Amino acid sequence: MIDAHMMTQAAQAVGAIGLLGTGLGVVLGVAARYLSAPVDERAEAVAALLPGSNCAQCGYAGCKQAAAAMVDGRAAPNCCPPGGASTAQRVADLLGVRLTSDGTDTALPTVAWVNEARCIGCTRCIRKCGADAIVGAIKQMHTVLPEACYACGLCVAECPTDAIEMKPVMPTLATWHWPKPVAKSATPVH
Amino acid sequence: MLFQVRGGVKLSYRKELSSESPIVQMPTPKRVCVPLQQHVGSPAEAVVEVGQWVGKGQLIGRGGRGISANVHASTSGTVIAIEERMAPHPSGLTQPTVVIEADGHDRWAELISPITADFPLPVTPKEISERVAAAGIVGLGGAAFPSAVKLDMRYKHSIDTLVINGAECEPYITCDDRLMREAAHEIVDGVRIMAYALAVEHIIIAIEGNKAKALKSMREAAKADSSICVVTVPTRFPMGSAQHLLLAVTGRETPADKRTAEVGAVVHNVATARAVSSAIRRGEPLISRVVTVSGYGVREPANVEVLLGTSVEDLLTFCGGLHPVPTLLIGGGPMMGAPLPSVHAPVVKGSSGILALTASEINDGPESPCIRCGKCVNACPAGLVPVEMAQLIKRGDLQGAKAIGSQDCIACGSCSFICPSRIPLAQYFSFANGKLGALDRDARRQDRIRSLIQARSERTAREAAVKKAAAAARKAAKTAAAAATPTPVAEATEASTRLLEAST
Repeated sequence: MIDAHMMTQAAQAVGAIGLLGTGLGVVLGVAARYLSAPVDERAEAVAALLPGSNCAQCGYAGCKQAAAAMVDGRAAPNCCPPGGASTAQRVADLLGVRLTSDGTDTALPTVAWVNEARCIGCTRCIRKCGADAIVGAIKQMHTVLPEACYACGLCVAECPTDAIEMKPVMPTLATWHWPKPVAKSATPVH
Repeated sequence: MLFQVRGGVKLSYRKELSSESPIVQMPTPKRVCVPLQQHVGSPAEAVVEVGQWVGKGQLIGRGGRGISANVHASTSGTVIAIEERMAPHPSGLTQPTVVIEADGHDRWAELISPITADFPLPVTPKEISERVAAAGIVGLGGAAFPSAVKLDMRYKHSIDTLVINGAECEPYITCDDRLMREAAHEIVDGVRIMAYALAVEHIIIAIEGNKAKALKSMREAAKADSSICVVTVPTRFPMGSAQHLLLAVTGRETPADKRTAEVGAVVHNVATARAVSSAIRRGEPLISRVVTVSGYGVREPANVEVLLGTSVEDLLTFCGGLHPVPTLLIGGGPMMGAPLPSVHAPVVKGSSGILALTASEINDGPESPCIRCGKCVNACPAGLVPVEMAQLIKRGDLQGAKAIGSQDCIACGSCSFICPSRIPLAQYFSFANGKLGALDRDARRQDRIRSLIQARSERTAREAAVKKAAAAARKAAKTAAAAATPTPVAEATEASTRLLEAST
C-alpha cells in the first residue's frame, strides 16, 4: 500500500537529488569554461607528427601524452621508436631543439615478419595493427605489408604462437649511402 | 666567347697512358651478366626466362615506371640465370642480373628498321625520342640518366640550345677523346639527330683544350651542319659537369637543385650522341660502350669497346692483367668514380673507366687537423664552404650543413683533392646528403603510415557506431514485439542497413 505521504517524500527526494545534480552540473560547466587549463598548441602540433596509434613503446600511455612530455622536456624528441629518425627530426624542428647524432647510430629500421609455418590464422594481430599493415583472414595465412608497417611491435606481443618477429630492413642499392668517414690510421687501408 | 666558371682545380691528367691507344673491340666473353638497373630511375623488369635463347640486341629488361631504361642482350646465347649478382657499386650489394651464356655466334636479333634518310629526317621528333628510349640509351658520361627523358624535356621547358659534352675532365679517362678522333662523323650525325628531336637552333660541342686531335677531327666533321659550333673550353676540373659546362659556353647558370633544361639547354655526352646515331641509323640498341682501362696497375692501358655485362675481370685480362697488384680498383674516373667491390662486377652503361691505381697514384695517408687555409672554399665549383659544412657534419648537425647548402654539392671531389690535411671532405658530404635523403624518404613513409592509422581509427569508430545502432534497433524491435504490436522488425533492420551503407 503506498499512501500519498510516501509518494510526496519520494518526489521530494528525487527533486532534491535532481536539483543538486543540475546545480553542480552548471557549476562544472562554468568551471570547464573559465577555469580550464590552457591547451598547449605545441603539444597538439607534436601529437600530429607522431604516428597516432598509441603503441606506448615510449613509456607513455599514448601519443598525446608523449607529445606533452616532449614539449615539457620530460621526453626526448627521439623517444618514439616507430616514428624513427625522420619524426624525431620534425619534432626537434618544431620544438626548436637541435637534434644531434654522431652518425654511428647504425641500428637498422625493422619491420614485422610472419613466420608462415607458425601462423594459425587467428587474426589477433590484424585486429591489433594500427595501420592495417597485416592482411589475412580467419584460418588463412597472414602476412605483413612492409611498406605500411611502422614497427610498433604490438603484433609480436599479441601473437599466441610467437609467429611474428621484427626483422631489420637491409639496405638496397636504392637506399644505401656512404657511411660517415672515420679518422684514418697512419697505415693506408687496403 | 667563354664565360668565367667558379672554382675547380688543376689536375695532373695522366691521359697519356691510354690516349694514343686506338679503340679495340674486345672479343665476346664466355658469359655476360647484364644488370637490370644500369641507369638512374626505377629498375627494368626482366622479360626473358631462364633457358631461353636470346639474340644480340634482344630486349631482356623492359624499363619500369617513371624514369627508367630498357636493357638488351649484349650477345646471342642462352639465359642461364636471372639472379641477384654483385653490382658495380661501392656498397658491394647485389642486384637482379640476367646471366647469358654466349653461344659465340653473336647473332643479331631482329632489329627495328633503321632510318637512313638524310636531314631533315622523315620522322617526327617524338619518334626519335621513342626510338632512343627503346634502344635503352642513357647518358654515357657516367651519370647514366635516360637520354630519351632529356630529349622529351622540350615538352616541359622551352629548349633552344643543345650542348654536347666532350670535356672529359676526369684524369686517366680517354674514351671520349678516342671516340671523337675515330668516330667524329657518327658523333656529329647523332648530335644532329638529337638537335632535330629537340628542335633547337644552337648546337655547341665543347671540348677541353688538352684534346687537340679530337678538336681537329670534330671541327672537320661539324662542317656538315652550319648550326654546330665547336668550342675549346679551359682544361680545368670539373668542366665536364653539365651545369658548369653550360655556364662556360653560354653564361647561363643553372639554379640549385634544378636541371639545365630549366635554363633552356640540354647537355648530352659525345658517346651518347654516337649511341643515338647507331640506334637511328642501324637500329642497334645500346649493348656496348668504350671503356678506358688505365692506371699504373694495368699492364696494357687501352680504350676498349666492351659488351655490357662483361666482367671487369675479363676486361682486365684482355688488357694484359694487373701488375703490380693495385691498391685501388675504381669504376669511373679517379675524382668522381667509386671503388669497385671486386673484379667480378660487370661493365655497365655508366662505366667510362676501369682504373687500377697503385699506391703511388693515390694521395692516401693519415688525416690531420684542418688548418683553415680556405683552399677548399676557392676550389668548390658550387660556391659552397666545404670546411664549414664538414665541421657541422662531423658534429652530427646535418640540418645545419643542409642550411648552408650541402645538398648543392655536386660530389666532384675538388675539395678533398686540394685539402692539404687530407680531410675526406667530399665523403662527408656524400654521407650527409645520403642520410638527408634517407630521412626525407622516411618522413614521406611516416606520412603515409599516419594516414593509414587515421583511416583505420575512423573506420573502427564508424563500425562501432553501426554496431551500436544495430543493437539499439534490435532492442527496439524486441520491445515492440513484446508489446505485441505489429511493428515490423524489417523497419529496424532497414535502419541499421541504411547506417551501414552511409558509413561505407
